[in-house]
Amino acid sequence: MSKTVRNADAASAGSSSATPLLQVRDLKMHFPIKEAAGLGRTRKVVQAVDGVSFDLQRGGSLGLVGESGCGKSTTGRMITRLLTPTAGQILFKGTDIAQLKERELRPFRRELQIVFQDPYSSLNPRQTVSNIISTPLRVHNLVKKGKELERVQELLERVGLNPEHHNRYPNEFSGGQRQRIGIARALAVEPEVIIADEPVSALDVSIQAQVMNLLEDLRRDLGIAFVFIAHDLGVVRHFCDQVAVMYLGKIVEQGPREQIYSAPQHPYTQALLSAAPDLGTIRGVPPKERIRLVGDVPSPIDPPSGCRFRTRCWKAEDICATQEPPLMTQAQSGPGHTAACHFAEPKIDLTAATA
Amino acid sequence: MTTPENEGRKDTPDTMVGTVPGDGPVLPDAKRNPSIATRERRDTAYTPSGETPYLVVQDLTVQFPTADGLVSAVNGLSYAVPLGRTLAIVGESGSGKSVSSMAVMGLHDRKRTKISGSIQLGGDEIVGMPENELMKVRGDAVAMVFQDPQSSLHPLYTVGNQISEAYRVHHKVSKDVAKKRALEMLDLVGIPNPIRRFKQYPHEFSGGMRQRAMIAMGLVNDPKLVIADEPTTALDVTVQAQILDLLNNLQKEFGSAIVLITHDLGVVAEMADDVLVMYAGRCVEYGTAEDVLARPRMPYTWGLLESIPTVSAASEKLRPIKGLPPSLLSLPGGCSFNPRCPYTDRVKGERCTTDLPELLPVDGAGAHTSRCHLHDKASIYEAEVAPRLG
Repeated sequence: MSKTVRNADAASAGSSSATPLLQVRDLKMHFPIKEAAGLGRTRKVVQAVDGVSFDLQRGGSLGLVGESGCGKSTTGRMITRLLTPTAGQILFKGTDIAQLKERELRPFRRELQIVFQDPYSSLNPRQTVSNIISTPLRVHNLVKKGKELERVQELLERVGLNPEHHNRYPNEFSGGQRQRIGIARALAVEPEVIIADEPVSALDVSIQAQVMNLLEDLRRDLGIAFVFIAHDLGVVRHFCDQVAVMYLGKIVEQGPREQIYSAPQHPYTQALLSAAPDLGTIRGVPPKERIRLVGDVPSPIDPPSGCRFRTRCWKAEDICATQEPPLMTQAQSGPGHTAACHFAEPKIDLTAATA
Repeated sequence: MTTPENEGRKDTPDTMVGTVPGDGPVLPDAKRNPSIATRERRDTAYTPSGETPYLVVQDLTVQFPTADGLVSAVNGLSYAVPLGRTLAIVGESGSGKSVSSMAVMGLHDRKRTKISGSIQLGGDEIVGMPENELMKVRGDAVAMVFQDPQSSLHPLYTVGNQISEAYRVHHKVSKDVAKKRALEMLDLVGIPNPIRRFKQYPHEFSGGMRQRAMIAMGLVNDPKLVIADEPTTALDVTVQAQILDLLNNLQKEFGSAIVLITHDLGVVAEMADDVLVMYAGRCVEYGTAEDVLARPRMPYTWGLLESIPTVSAASEKLRPIKGLPPSLLSLPGGCSFNPRCPYTDRVKGERCTTDLPELLPVDGAGAHTSRCHLHDKASIYEAEVAPRLG
């Protein structure tokens, strides 16, 4: 644990002097599974998240990027304490909320809200919009009786919906509108941090941009800090100041947006960036170098020894199998930019062409 | 529906490479030539050189009668795909891109769907073809790769079983021969250890592997046309890149035509030769990928391009298209895009709300067509839209 913490501390010290709003330290989530093995049963664990550390500044936005199964959503759910971490600390304004009991947790629930990916399954189809949004108000005793509707309408207007539609049911709204309802529900309790778990990936392109702009307005006007979980590198580049790239439950690279996108150090980040289809090529921008990873992500039940990325990495050597590379500042990286690789070196030609 | 873009449909010469009946030639330098005599329809059959469009869709209209009224999902759509080329159909959900492609496969329930127009596949008319004949075409001459490999593979049969079944339906061969063929296909799409994988069930495959198995199943009969309906939407970026490369390589090897349905313009830029942009059931812009993505001439296409945050540039605030796509039950009058279009005030009078613009060549002649009343589209794009795209 000590090593990761120190590195993350070093990283945060470089980027800001103020105490971060949210500090995540060596967070782990291991899900136990039962599997039949011969006659007996073995107990194994899925190492969904294995030692994640990062800081979130007040009003800042951190992007968690990675492929499915890398643990980014699990991390989001632990921060909002929808899951109880196996180990590690979640320091919110200095208080560790990682293992708090439900009763003690209640006031923190108000501060940390989540917006889910699928606007179809995250709203109760049998409740009116007004009911959905006012439930958190009642739970936290935020509004006097009789004033609830007023507040609901105010929130609906804030997220760009017609306040007169408070009596409608979720099925009467389109996907983008439902996502706005989900955002209004999160906003109702005036949180300081919103975890946005793939908030736009279920939406059409034109609607996606509308919701992105809404989130950006909220961030600017209300000073809400965001942990933005996404697999779309374009969306993350647009929204986040800080980016953390995850692979198989670990952060492999972390740093300010510009450095991650223009000079990625870790081979996995480089592969991700080069794999993202880019419109630039058709406008005459010379095609970027293509890195094609082979195979799939290994199972988190039995992750590879040493560096977890080594099975798909073109740079892998013997040391990668025996020694796990720590997340640390590399030789050629800028302030606050860390990567976990024995052979890290910046590659600048992946996206820089049009930047 | 008779729109002028369909009038010249029989004028297309067989000799012209990559020409599209009705919508004009695909190649930018080729010209429409109305003087050439009417072609016999049966002559459009597959030629190995790929000179004749293999799939020709003309004035296709698909409607679903519902309790609320008639839903016009596809309205007078025309396009053509020659062998060896990839056409990308782009649009938002509900724009009719999947519905039109399902019509090509003859997958719509006849009792609940009204289909008119013509779909010619290697010279055979698909619209109105009896079910037993369709069965012979489906999976043989044309194959479909679906979006979600999880739900489109049968969970209770082994992957090998499903692939060899697809082969045995169209070929009278023994199980052993079919198995050999299936193993060959698994190997071809890059699934390691095919012999072991042949005996496994879909749940034992990862998402990317499942999509590869789907592609193997689709290609087992060497189809001339592959319809890929959002083939990579459910996949991760690195796997998406693998699958797109695979489709590209297979196309080079077999020279088949591909219709790629997607909403991701990045994928379009990397894969497509031609692009068709759909909005509310109609084609609003059609041309080569370069024409449509680098010189778009329709406000909806501009809006799509402006809405996307890209990896290569941290743009300023995104400029989304305002509003929502219209209901297909009651389309707005005139141009379907007019309620969301920021440029309607530049068209004289009320034409945008009263007249449906025709799909016309953007520069008077040529392959690149768009459906818009604006007459200085090129200058508006260059002066206002292009700078915002960076």
